[in-house]
Order: sequence, then structure tokens, then C-alpha cells
Amino acid sequence: MQNEGDGALRASGVEFMQTDWIMGAIGGLIIGCAGALFLLMNGRIMGASGILGGLVDGSGRANAGERLSFIAGLVALPMIVAPLIGRADTHLTGSLGVVVAAGLLVGLGTRIAGGCTSGHGVCGISRLSVRGLTATAFYIIGGGISVVIFRHVLGAV
Amino acid sequence: MRRNLFAAASGALFGLGLTISGMTDTTKVIGWLDVFGAWDPTLAFVMGGAILPMAVAWRFAARRERSVLGSAMPSKPGTHIGHDLILGSFLFGAGWGLAGLCPGPAMASITYGGIGGAVFLAAMIAGMVMAPPIRARIDKLSAA
Repeated sequence: MQNEGDGALRASGVEFMQTDWIMGAIGGLIIGCAGALFLLMNGRIMGASGILGGLVDGSGRANAGERLSFIAGLVALPMIVAPLIGRADTHLTGSLGVVVAAGLLVGLGTRIAGGCTSGHGVCGISRLSVRGLTATAFYIIGGGISVVIFRHVLGAV
Repeated sequence: MRRNLFAAASGALFGLGLTISGMTDTTKVIGWLDVFGAWDPTLAFVMGGAILPMAVAWRFAARRERSVLGSAMPSKPGTHIGHDLILGSFLFGAGWGLAGLCPGPAMASITYGGIGGAVFLAAMIAGMVMAPPIRARIDKLSAA
């Protein structure tokens, strides 16, 4: 996309982007600390799809309390913090058909693959797991193809 | 009880990190996947930032038999690359690119994500319920 603004506009755009990267890195470090805490204290891998998936398909009944507690924390803190720092908007597409299709694919895919961005991505790559690295490569490829088809070819979403 | 407490603390930190990093904003995620559009590199910084403390944690974990609260540490990662891993990841990615939400941010943003966020989470849970028999089938076919 071409930036049609003048020099000043472009400069402020660059500045904005740099803050985004810094916030991304700081947020990332906090995510990594969350995973480290869960591993060293509870001896468990912090995978969002596995923690929720084990509850909904019953495979995680043995430690349901731990799973529910994790999810409670995951929901509660953003509820307070997101509005305070002006992040309480997901900018999700308004097309509910797309939302349903996407949700189904994410639920199915993560449970067939046994992990998502947190489990296979953060926790897998950080221990150089071949499965984590492979999964990450394929969900990025799938995501890239999806964006190309729906944004650029069909022009939807 | 202490397990639940640390699980809640870990979930809260995870939610805080997702919120601060901007990963609950679908435009940033789709922007990262949109290599042919206005590419947004934020997600790479989030991933890099998250992998650092986690890599240190795995080093500590390798030296211990049990976690601080006494449970066994996760076993060594498997090396088998099955069709389930590849196909599942590809499907997950397709949905991720479509809406810009993955499971962590979908849960983290549920209180302010509106109807769309609730519909996404409901559909995701439906997909998770449907997955085990499909996964079993893929495993059976690829073993044959």
C-alpha cells in the first residue's frame, strides 16, 4: 500500500509503528514469563487451545480446576487492563458468517494439531521442538494463504 | 489450591501480555500474515519476546524432575510429524488468517469483544468438540 501522506504524516506513522514493536516485545516478554511460571510451578505447558480443549472434550477432567483457574485469570485481567490502556477493541470483522467459519477452523485445527500459537509456538519453539516448529510453519502458511485469498483475491473481510 | 492460584496468576500474566502486545487486536494479526499488503511486524516481536523467558524456563526445567509444586515436568517433545500435525495446523492457520484470533486472545478479549467475540469463541469450542473423532480418523488413515 502506498502512503499518500506528506513527510510529517509519514514520520508520525513510523513513530507509531516503533511503539507498537516495543509494546509487542514487552507484551511478549510477559507472555513468556506466564509460560515460565506455569511450567516451573505447575509443571505444565501453557497452551491456550489445550487448556480449553481439555475442558470441552473431557480429556482434561483430572485437572479441571487448574484449567478453569488459568482461564479465569486470562479473562479477568484483560477485562480490567484493556479499557485502561485503550486496547478494548478487537476490530473483529462484522461478518458473522466469516467469524463462525474462522472459529470452527481454529477450534478444529488446534485440537487436531494438538496446539496453537502458545503451545506449539511459544512453548514449542523455545525448546526447539521439531513438532512445534513444524506446526508453526504450517499455521503461518495457512494464515498467509487465507489472507491472500480473502483479502486480495476475493476482496472480502 | 496452590496449583489453582499459580494457574490463575499465569493466566492473568498471559492475558496481560496479550493485551499489552496488541495480539487481541485482529488487525495486527492479519497485518502480520498479510505479506503482500501493509505488513505489520509486531507479531514477530511478540513471539521473540515470549520465547526468551520460556527458553530460560526450559533450561531450569531440564535440571529438575518435578515442578516446584511437585508434579512431573513435561516429557521430552515428540519428534513424529504426523498428518494430524500438518493438516490441523494448516486448518488452524486458515481460520486464524480469516478472523485474526487464535485461542488465547479469543478468551482474553471475551469481556469486551462484543457479539462477534462471543460467536467466535462458541464456534471455536464447537470445533474443539468435533475434533477428537476427526483426529482419530486422520491418524488411522495415515497409519494405514
